Formats: sequence, structure tokens, C-alpha cells
Amino acid sequence: MRDFADLLENLVFSPGRNAKLAHLQNWLLKTDSASRGYGVAAITGDLALPYVKGKMIRDLAQSTTDEVLFRLSYDFVGDLAETVSLLWPQSGVETPEDIHLHDVVETLQASSRSEAEAYMRHLLDNLTQTQRWALLKMATGGLRVGVSARLMRVALANAFETPVEEIEEIWPLLSPPYEALFAWLEGKAEKPNAEGRAVFKPLMLAHPLEDKDQEKISLSDYQMEWKWDGARVQLVCAKEGVRLFSRSGDDISASFPELVSPLPIEGVLDGELLAGTPSQLGSFNDLQQRLNRKKASQKLQETQPVFIRCYDILQQNDSDLRHLPLRERRLILESHLALLSSEKLDISALVDASDWSELDDLRLSCRDEGLIEGIMLKRKDSPYQIGRVTGQWYKWKRNPLFADVVIMYAQRGHGRRSSQYSDFTFGAWQETSEGRQLVPVGKAYSGFTDAELKQLDKFVRQHTTSRFGPVREVEQKLVIEAAFDSIHLSKRHKSGVAMRFPRFHTIRWDKDPEEADTLETLQNLVS
Amino acid sequence: MDVSQWAYPKAAGLYIAPLDAYIDPIRPVARALITHGHADHARAGHDIVYATPQTLDIMAHRYGADFAKTKVAAPYAQPFTLGDCDIEFISAGHVLGSAQIVIHYNGKTLIAAGDYKRKFDPTVRPFDVRPCDVFITEATFGLPVFKHPDPRDEIAKLQKIRARFPKRSCFIGAYALGKAQRVISLLRQSGYDAPIYLHGALQTLCHYYESQDIALGDLRALPQKTGSGATKELEGQIIIGPPSAIGSPWANRLPDPMICFASGWMQVKARAKQRAVEIPLILSDHADWDDILTTIEDVNPAEIWVTHGNEDALLFELARRGRKAQALHMIGFERITGDEG
Repeated sequence: MRDFADLLENLVFSPGRNAKLAHLQNWLLKTDSASRGYGVAAITGDLALPYVKGKMIRDLAQSTTDEVLFRLSYDFVGDLAETVSLLWPQSGVETPEDIHLHDVVETLQASSRSEAEAYMRHLLDNLTQTQRWALLKMATGGLRVGVSARLMRVALANAFETPVEEIEEIWPLLSPPYEALFAWLEGKAEKPNAEGRAVFKPLMLAHPLEDKDQEKISLSDYQMEWKWDGARVQLVCAKEGVRLFSRSGDDISASFPELVSPLPIEGVLDGELLAGTPSQLGSFNDLQQRLNRKKASQKLQETQPVFIRCYDILQQNDSDLRHLPLRERRLILESHLALLSSEKLDISALVDASDWSELDDLRLSCRDEGLIEGIMLKRKDSPYQIGRVTGQWYKWKRNPLFADVVIMYAQRGHGRRSSQYSDFTFGAWQETSEGRQLVPVGKAYSGFTDAELKQLDKFVRQHTTSRFGPVREVEQKLVIEAAFDSIHLSKRHKSGVAMRFPRFHTIRWDKDPEEADTLETLQNLVS
Repeated sequence: MDVSQWAYPKAAGLYIAPLDAYIDPIRPVARALITHGHADHARAGHDIVYATPQTLDIMAHRYGADFAKTKVAAPYAQPFTLGDCDIEFISAGHVLGSAQIVIHYNGKTLIAAGDYKRKFDPTVRPFDVRPCDVFITEATFGLPVFKHPDPRDEIAKLQKIRARFPKRSCFIGAYALGKAQRVISLLRQSGYDAPIYLHGALQTLCHYYESQDIALGDLRALPQKTGSGATKELEGQIIIGPPSAIGSPWANRLPDPMICFASGWMQVKARAKQRAVEIPLILSDHADWDDILTTIEDVNPAEIWVTHGNEDALLFELARRGRKAQALHMIGFERITGDEG
């Protein structure tokens, strides 16, 4: 428990991702493998301890501490696990031997309710305060140490010098305490085998195309496709069933039951989830209606249909196709989709352009097409590799839109930026019955340099007009030119519009805020 | 005659009628008895101030030499007579010069302990236990969740983490009077003899401590120059400054600083997180729950008056133990959590 408790404490107070990773890696390498596995599970939220719940912990606490003192203390501390860990009477002697985390977990898992309570009492009597806190946090679930399951896997990858994508790939096959994982990571066993299982395969990603890249690229080596403005998904059809995964590998099958009905051929497809039907596309907003739902009723499936526009195939039956060049995978994809003949799947058409200017015209025209946000360029001989591989795939987005908006609110950032005001809400002018007013239209926290951030921070501190918790309202006097990919109608926002990926383009220290754009101007940009 | 008939709270503070004097008054009065130099106890503008020589020095550093018309030095354990009272200042163990004020009048003894602690502190004299009829205790940390660890263990914890990040600078937020010098002193006792860098706000009081024969080792001002040279010099070094510097651009200019805060409030993780502290050092200049109760057992007064802090839990516990205790409601002493601890 000692090392795990120290780890959790270090994580709670680590301000940033890198510090958290350093602590996780250090702990992974020095802890015995069984305890390590349960620790990983506790952090990723995959550890189940029956019976040990808040009620039991309250009962235990009140058996040692007066009820009034307990209540006053809990009021002050605000966290049950921490309150009890602080109140529990410290035994006079330092525990000579560390209690192993795996003994704790396995004993609790094998216990009846009353045995579990007695064992918890024994543990609390024999642990230090930090260890009691860690035990109680773990037992009640929800560690809140700021480590996602993904970050835990990155730490595993770094600690054992293994690509994180390989860990991601087998993660769905694993369960606590992850013996097979650690045996493989330490070179003592083969990699766990995903055969026959419907598991997520890590995605290949594209680099943004920069001007300098154009000289190096011979267009004839590249396959060109539209870049669809939907949600990247992976459809996996295996012996054990069909599953749909999001870009980050989350299983989103339950949200899209119409897409995971059994298919005649097994395989893994990479594509874009879009609203509507292949012959009549819906808007991104329509898709949002579905993405936000955990479950989809029959009615919703009918009124807000979705489908997958496929652009790659990673596996067909038992054959892993990822080592094949794209041009061959494309042929297999075409025949595969022909065999499936599902109305919920179609193929992303190729784009034909013989030179850059022709391609650029296509790129610039695509805003009129709707749902297309640019052009993809993929090397025809590229194997399907994990992550962003230099020189293989590029995305060439259409140009962003711009608007002059006024800074209204600011908030401190996170991690490295926690002492600076780096998150900004900006607004556009709207005529109201009470006159011309700014209405918030977006939020941005990128696109400025470190030097500009310093100036922005200084501006916020010197022009604060009021504070709402962590948020500062500032004088409405600083104009920025914001860039954004697109703008959509939205019922969720007061302004009625929502920007996609807004960021700073230029800070217009010189510009009169009265000359900033109006909401009406922004509404005219809605695609 | 009951002590409460000649010692009771008035608007300006705890009033001692036979002396026509106040203890730690919050506004200017004719005659003030001051327990120690923290700003919420020691204010400028009184006509006559009685305090230990160190507290008088500290007040002069803070408010200028003319902080009172007349200053009367009352060294530890040197009783003197004032009117019908016998008065003695004895050590409270809180900060340099901090005192409990013992007042004998009409056959009864009152001790106003001010702020005090019992845990190890190389910069102060230990708390002096004296019998009395009424003991006025603080309750800053008057909740059973506060059990402050041995300060030497906290320093060892810090050094262990620093060793893992040899390139990072280490900023410790510590109150300018008492806590900063205690942290430095504990670091020195643990064998750390590298230079310690001081924020400007701490220099005067650190130098004063040294003039009082409390060795603090190699203390330096931050390098004047900025840029990579200054950054290089501060890599892996300890810098001590006021808690208000935490989260300020000033602290962020240090090379990859790990932010520490030395305070008793750091025992509660949420409080430490609120202040964006990476390494909470549980170091308090106030008695924790167990030490308040132990002190009351040691002093064994007939009656206890409880002031500033978490009175409710302490009053409840004292009643449970069969002790006569009541809250001394002193206006103006309501602490803001985290203000000073």
C-alpha cells in the first residue's frame, strides 16, 4: 500500500501531464507486478470491490469517532475518504511491514460483507494516514487524481518502451491484475492475441499539409479523397460480434444500434460517421444529436439516421491487411463493401486532380458542398501504420473563416498555464431592446505566442471589472481576429451559433471594439 | 472574585480591567499587552506597548520605530508589577518572541496563551507550562482531523521529492515571520547547506532572526539579472517567498518550479489543491488538536476560554472531558481560513 499511496498523493498534487507521467512510470517500474496490476485498475476505474461502500466506511468511522466531531470534521474536509483517514486513531507503532496492495484487493474480493468490514478495520488500524486515504479512495471508487485510462496506458508505454498503440490494441482483451500484459511488456510472454475478438485497432492519422510540403509531394503518388466533416469511427465485425469504436477507441456501439447488426463478412473498417443517408447527407448538427446520446430509440434511428462512409479496410476475415499498400487495400475495400451491400455503409469517393492548382480549386469549392472540410492526400503505397507517420497522409483543410470579436471573459489555464489568464470568451455585437450589446459567440485558448499570452494576461489583470469564481469579466475593449473552421446554428448557445475549433489569429490592439463584427455577420457565415 | 469579572472581551479586544489594558487589541488603545508580532495581534498606534524585546523589535521592523509612544520590554520569565497585578511573559513556542501573558490579580491567575505550539521548532523557546485558574487557548486547528506530523519528517519528504527532480527549482511559500525561518532552520538541521534564496519580502525578518543568534546559513537574494544565466543559477535550488507569490508570474519565472506551501492547512488535500500547491508541507506554528488537548491537561486550569478558530469541536470535546470551557467571542479575530497558520 505504501508505494501506491505515495503515488496517489503525488498524482493529486502534480500540476501537469508530464509530472503525472513521471510519477506513474516511476511507480510502475518499482512495484511488484500483482500490486501494480490492481493499482492500474484502480486508476483506470476497472477495479471492483464489492461491499466496501460509503455506508460501510461511515459506520466504521462512527465506531471510533464521536458523531458530532465526525460531522464537524466532515463539514470542514468535504471528502469522506480523507476525513476518515485523518480521524482514524493512529496506532502507536509504525507498521513494520508493508501490506501489499494485491493482498488487500484479493482479500476484499474474496470476503463476505462482514468479513470485508472486519478486514477494513484491521487495515485502517495498521496503515499510515496517507495509506488509509488511498485505501478509502480506492474502495469508494473515483480516485479523482487527474489520470485518465488513456494517460495510464501512455505511462505503461513509456515505462516499458512499447508503442502505446500496441497497448491500446490489446487493452480490451485484458482484465485486472493484467498479468498477461505485464508478462508481455517485460518480455516474458507473447503479446496477448486479439484473434476472433472485436477489438479496436489504433488509427492511422494525417499531418496537416503545409506550404513547404507541396514541393516534396508528387501528386501522382497520392490518393486523394474528400475530408468529411463527421466523426471518425472504426467498425469491427468479428466472431464475437460487431462493435463501433470512436476515434479514441471508446466503444460507442450502444449509441448506434443500427450500425452494429451482424454482417456477412468479418473485417475492420475505417471511416467517417455521417448524419443522413448516402444520397442525402445531414448536417454536423444532426450528427451531434446522435453523438450526445448514450442510447438511441427506434424513433431516433429513423428521424436522425446515420451511416458510415468508409475509406479504409484494416482486416478481412482473419487476414490483417495493414501491411499492404493503400492502393491494394482500396481494391479490397471496394469488393468488401460490394459483398456487404449494406445501406448503412458506402465508400468515400476518390478525388481527381492532375496538379496543385486544380486541387486547390476543389479545396476552395468544398465549403459550398457542405460537410466537406478539405482534401485528404494519402500515399498510394502507404501501409496502415499507427499514429501520425511523416510523409504518408496529409489533410489539406479548406481555409478558415475569420471574425473580429471582443474579449469578454477570461479564465486561468491548466498545468503550465495555471498562473496565467489563457482561456478567453469573446463576443459579437447584437442589437437588443436595451441597445447594442456583446453576446458571447465562442471560446479560444490557442493561437497566440507565449509573448502574446503574457500581454493578454497583463491585459486581463489590469482591466478586470468583476469576478465570478474563477472567471474574470474584463472591459470590453480588446478586439481579436478569431479564426474558426466553420460555424453552425446551435440551440444550446445564447447567441444561437457555435464555432468549430475557434482560435486566436491576430490580436487587434489597435482596433476600436465598436468596429467588431455583429452576430448577424456571423450568422451569414453559417454553412 | 471571578476572573471573568476583571478580564472580558470588549470591542477593542480582551480587556484587563485592573490594568486598564487590552491584550492584542485590534485598534489603537492607551495600553496594550502584545503576545507576538503577527499582524493580526500586533498593530501600530497604541500609546504604551508591553511585549517581549523581540516582539518590540519585530513591530519596529514592520511599522517603523515610532509604532507606539512608549515601549516596555518584558523579557521571558521576569515578573513585574503593574498597578495591582503581577505580570509575567513566558514562552509560547509560536514564533520568535511569542509569549503567553500571565496575570495574577486578587489571588487568581489568568494565562492568555496567544498563539502557541508544542512541536519541534529550532527557532523558538519551547512552550512554558504554568498552572493557572483560567487558560485562554486558541483553536485555529481545533478539529480532530488536524494531527500535524513531525516537522522533520515533512522536510525529509520534501528532500526525497527534490532528489527525483534535480533540475527543478523549489519554491516554498512560507509566512514572513516565523514560518520562513523555521523552514530554513529545519532544512539546515537536516544537513542541507546549499544557498537558500529569499524573496525580498522575507529578507528583513530573516536577518533579524540571525541577529538574535538563530543561524540560518547561506541566504541570498534572487539574482538581479534575468535570462538563462539566472535560470541556470536557480536550477535545483530552494527559493522561499511569501505564500502570496504562489501562482504569481513571479514564481513562474523560476526554472520549472515545484510549488510548496508550508502551513498547517496543508493537511487537507483540497485546501492544498485549491492553492495549486504541488508539495504541501504540513508545518504549523499552531498547536494541533492533540496538542491543544495535551496542553490543557498539562496546564490543568479550572476553566478554559476558547478563541479564534474552530471553537465548536474543541468546546464539545472539553465538555465531554468534564472541563469547564466557553468561547471567548472576540470581535475582529475571526480568521479567514488559510490566512496565517
